[in-house]
Amino acid sequence: MEPLTWGQIILAILLQLKWVWVGMILIFVFSIRNKRKLGLYGKLFDNPIGMFGFGLVLFWVLCAILADTIITQDPLVQISGMKNKLPGTPVRGVEGAYYLLGGDNLARDVFSRLIAGSQTVLSIAPAATAFAFMVGITLGLPAGYYGGLFDTALSFLANLVLAFPVILLFYLLVTPEIRETGVVTWVAGVLFIFPVIFFWTFMFSRWRIAPRVLTSVAAPIVIILLMFYFGTVFKMDPFVGIWTTVIGHLNQGNPIGEWMTQTWEQHSPLLSLGLGPERLNIFVAVVFVNSPTIYRIVRGLTLDIQTRDYVAAAQTRGEGPWYIMLWEILPNARGPLIVDFCLRIGYTTILLGTLGFFGLGLGPESPDWGATINDGRKLLSIYVHPALPPALSLMSLVLGLNLLADGLREESLKD
Amino acid sequence: MLIFLLRRLGVMLVTALCLTFVVFFLTNLYPNLEKVAKLEGTQRMTDEQVANFLERNGYTQPVFNRYGQWLGVLPGFTNTNDDGKVIGRCIRRGMDPAEAPRFCGVLQGDFGWSIVFKTEVGPLISKRLGLTGWLMMTVLLVMIPSALAIGVLAGMREGSRTDRWLSTFSIATTATPEYVSGVILIVVFSSRVVGLKWFLGSSASAMENITFWNFTLPVVTIALYGMGYIARMTRASMAEVMTAQYIRTARLKGVSFPNIVMKHALRNALIAPFTVIMLQFPWLLTGVVIVETLFNYKGFGWLLVQAASNNDIELLLTVGIVSVIVVLVTQLISDIGYVYLNPRIRIG
Repeated sequence: MEPLTWGQIILAILLQLKWVWVGMILIFVFSIRNKRKLGLYGKLFDNPIGMFGFGLVLFWVLCAILADTIITQDPLVQISGMKNKLPGTPVRGVEGAYYLLGGDNLARDVFSRLIAGSQTVLSIAPAATAFAFMVGITLGLPAGYYGGLFDTALSFLANLVLAFPVILLFYLLVTPEIRETGVVTWVAGVLFIFPVIFFWTFMFSRWRIAPRVLTSVAAPIVIILLMFYFGTVFKMDPFVGIWTTVIGHLNQGNPIGEWMTQTWEQHSPLLSLGLGPERLNIFVAVVFVNSPTIYRIVRGLTLDIQTRDYVAAAQTRGEGPWYIMLWEILPNARGPLIVDFCLRIGYTTILLGTLGFFGLGLGPESPDWGATINDGRKLLSIYVHPALPPALSLMSLVLGLNLLADGLREESLKD
Repeated sequence: MLIFLLRRLGVMLVTALCLTFVVFFLTNLYPNLEKVAKLEGTQRMTDEQVANFLERNGYTQPVFNRYGQWLGVLPGFTNTNDDGKVIGRCIRRGMDPAEAPRFCGVLQGDFGWSIVFKTEVGPLISKRLGLTGWLMMTVLLVMIPSALAIGVLAGMREGSRTDRWLSTFSIATTATPEYVSGVILIVVFSSRVVGLKWFLGSSASAMENITFWNFTLPVVTIALYGMGYIARMTRASMAEVMTAQYIRTARLKGVSFPNIVMKHALRNALIAPFTVIMLQFPWLLTGVVIVETLFNYKGFGWLLVQAASNNDIELLLTVGIVSVIVVLVTQLISDIGYVYLNPRIRIG
């Protein structure tokens, strides 16, 4: 078979991405039609720069979701004879199959790895940023609101983490040796409890006089979150454990009891985020690096908003401090926080790339963009095609997030 | 002012102590020590041999004890081997044990021994810091003027076409981390594929002799990433100043536009970027690590990578001290400079 020309390659890639285009067009048409009803998100479509940024981000999000329909080869399989082949080379022995963007130095398909890499990046970066925000908010609000010793101690800790060079911290926190010692588990145990605390105080402060809401909505959510927490961090689930052990014990000798204990042993965490040890490690490191900055932002915003009249009004009404923090101060700080959230996902993507670039975290097989760039750079003066596509993808995703943040900032300032 | 300085100095000291202790603790966890033992001895040591090695060389003492020795507040560890040879923390290879000092830590000016480079840490660090110093200086000389120029040009007429283009450019540079822009620059300017071959893709030769050919790409790579942020801050601050009353007065009394920008607006517009530039230093450090790895320039950042990936404890601690000093001193300079530039602010 003949190798494809550049025109054919582009056409083939565009065709391969067909469902992404369909999805983007549907979402754009829907959003532009309803932009007056969609609040801040709708206003984004009045702003060309914000819309362009949103388009870029949406493209990568859809690529990550639809990755299985887009990839042409298995991103991990090496096909002999395809090492460092140029874009458009037909796969040897398979009719109609091509390496659309060529092969890397281990003879894997660059295009499929690129798409699979978007999945890796987008499954970690936004979630890690969200976790970091919950840690930062849960600590920053009381630090700004109460001040005093709590504030001093936490600010010192935040400054301490910020004084570390990021790369040194990564080298210390993301290694197989550290995973062996269990330090990661403990750091994860501390950091991941904050979302649970956040949700509980968020709901408790509002509905503490309505026990029906608490027992029927808040408690189940918090219990599910706790199950996720124990399942993800400690790889076990005390709720299911206690339940099955008690019933299994009561039914001792019965087939039901045996079945229950067996199920417990086989599927011990009923709910978990499904992060392997390496991903958990990366996740923890990224949350750890990001949360001090968010803490400082939230603390600063709290110090500012605290002096407003509506806070004084709430205090006069006799509202509790957590109600004021979470339901008066936080909603009024949302503008800068949303903008920072978008920017920070971009920054987290860069951090993940940095980790991959230094070969930390995910194994060498992993298709994430940073690692691919690192692999490709060794042969850069001869073969450009393995390193360039992930580099451009990372750039476009972060650019999209930055433009989106810029658009959101402009639109939210217009009110 | 003096009290302010003293307090900051105290905070700096406490931060450095805490940071080094964290590094010390993490590098002295058992699996990491195992790595040290295998590096010092052989790769194929059994678990028992590793434990023996660590015991003999004093790695198994309590961590606070060892941290004290490293600081120089506790006497250095000594041990007599089975063959009667005395080894210890303060006894370097080929040194007579009787002559060795009792304390040897940071307080005595001894930063320890690098197990990767088999040399004293102090001179090693200062040599590498010198190399990185050249890189940093060139980066700052390129980055700051161009960032300020972009920011001022964009901010003096907010919303104009120049502003749109320059703002997009600065957003694009902040979205391009060093490992991406470095790769793209190498591809464009030094690979066989594009064929421009204007610059060298490796800066290893710049360690001996800096030339335009071998130093441009790393400098541009770091400068590009840092530039966008400073330019955006300058733009915001410039745009704000241009709406001020005194600028309007100047325009109304007929001062020409270049004169307004240069003589009236600039000084006030540069206060905020100054702080940003100073706080940019820690970021530059990350950039330096990436770029030195990418371009094979063996400076401080390269040293950090070597030390960290081989768990070279004492080297890593010194690297940590240096970087924490860089971060905190630039913070201090930014605070003091802010007061100097803006006389309305007092520190007390």
